[in-house]
Amino acid sequence: MQRGRVVALLDGAAIVRTQRAMLTVADPPASWRIGMFVDAASREVIGGREHWPTSNSEVTRLTPARVAALEARARALATVRGFFAERGFLEVETPLIVPSPGLEIHLDAVAAGDGYLITSPEYAMKRLLAGGLEKIFQVCKCFRANEHGPHHASEFTMIEWYRAFSTIEAIARDTEELVHAVCGDQARLGDRTVSVAPPWRRMTVRDAMLQWAGVRVAGDEPAAELTAAIRAAGIEIADGLAWDDAFFTAWLARVDPALAALDHAILIEDWPAPLAALARRKDGDPRTALRFEAYVGGIELANAFDELVDPDEQAERFHEEQQARRDRGRPVYPIDTKLIAALHEGLPPSGGIALGFDRLVMLATGATTIDHVQTFANSER
Amino acid sequence: MYDTSDIRKGLKVLMDGNPYNVIEFQFVKPGKGAAFTRTKFKNLLTGAVVERNIRSGEKLEPANVETRDMQFLYKEGGDLVFMDQTNYEQVTIAADLIGDAHDLMKDNLPCTVVFFNERPVDVTLPTFVFLEVTASEPGVRGDTSGNVQKPATVETGAEVSVPLFIRVGDTIKIDTRTHEYVERVNKT
Repeated sequence: MQRGRVVALLDGAAIVRTQRAMLTVADPPASWRIGMFVDAASREVIGGREHWPTSNSEVTRLTPARVAALEARARALATVRGFFAERGFLEVETPLIVPSPGLEIHLDAVAAGDGYLITSPEYAMKRLLAGGLEKIFQVCKCFRANEHGPHHASEFTMIEWYRAFSTIEAIARDTEELVHAVCGDQARLGDRTVSVAPPWRRMTVRDAMLQWAGVRVAGDEPAAELTAAIRAAGIEIADGLAWDDAFFTAWLARVDPALAALDHAILIEDWPAPLAALARRKDGDPRTALRFEAYVGGIELANAFDELVDPDEQAERFHEEQQARRDRGRPVYPIDTKLIAALHEGLPPSGGIALGFDRLVMLATGATTIDHVQTFANSER
Repeated sequence: MYDTSDIRKGLKVLMDGNPYNVIEFQFVKPGKGAAFTRTKFKNLLTGAVVERNIRSGEKLEPANVETRDMQFLYKEGGDLVFMDQTNYEQVTIAADLIGDAHDLMKDNLPCTVVFFNERPVDVTLPTFVFLEVTASEPGVRGDTSGNVQKPATVETGAEVSVPLFIRVGDTIKIDTRTHEYVERVNKT
């Protein structure tokens, strides 16, 4: 049986779109009309409505290429779950509607009912670590307002995992092995390939900025000083930028394109303290945070922390983030007091990471935009 | 003033006193960083292309351009000649200043010509044009692959990917922004 929809009638032939292929059927029965469901083998009409399959933007057409992308996504998801099950991780599901979404300055949450949709499951998963769980993972939807681009969607799927009594090093190995399990030795980006065979290369943020942007970054210099260094390196930059905005101006102009051109995956580690987020600072080096980002062919795939476990430092950073949000005129979300309370009870040394599942599927399939690996793109909802 | 949410193809802005046209843009957002719009601008006077990352919250100054509805007359070497039908005034624009859209322009096509300081600097085509297919291989019978496109040449000489069932003599609708086939429009 070869069921499908008639998408074109030519002289002496019909084209039938099945789930996986476009079939050309010679001498179709006279009763066939475009739009009908037919069986190409028995030549029977099965159903469907006769209509012209053109220009109705309300109908999403599932071409064989799209179906193949959905199948690749489902396979990748099964591989991910198998990967963590083999390694003894417990799959968890934490709430998607919470009173305190992430406070990160550059993330805006979507309001929902009496709270907000999560921008990441991080806070709740850390409470599980404090409660005594050791190896946990989650695959869930996350929501970030106003993010639409080839690598961004407001609603996307995150893989997040944690190892208690462990370090960021173990997380780095997990990352390399997981991407390798899903993509094989070579990830695909359009018609390019990028090696993801472990172990991946490593580079510090400071080396990357020096090598590719010609900018020396300390981490505790005033924003104006960093801006001057960036300008001296020949990068166009405005005055009056905050430290992080100045940093990313240089990063996007020079480092990001250089990372995109690499033919191998890389972990960019040792982030300057102003970009520490929820990472612990390095022992004996308060200007550097134990954080890495995984880049594959210019796709920023994952962000990992050696987790901050000090409740007082965490509370202080939350207050600073609230203040920064207020200063920049962004919505100010409440502090997650349950996370602070859990940290007071004690969090073991832990490593954790968030990895964009949609981006991982892009790398497995060679898709060049996130729209091609989501079931329905933003514009198709 | 414009902000990053206004950025779209064809937006005309003034930077350092020069008029620019947005030709490409992409949302980018480094992890833990602000959102930027990586934007390619074309200088409307020189055709030079520059790329800038515009941070969310940054403002762009609108370029003071005026537009006039004109009819495309013909191509002359590397130039395109247009006429204002209200006063029969003719203007000439270098084809390479307007990118690859000119290969979809058929004689008498109504266009919008953009003027900066009274100088014609850009042309906006109608979103869709209707052109006849002049050359294309017949669809291969028995082709069961998922990819159902084949190349076709239209009357203006442009090459467009079309579905297998399109034949020479068909009139097809083409999106001038993307150069993509939209649908077949002749009666069947």
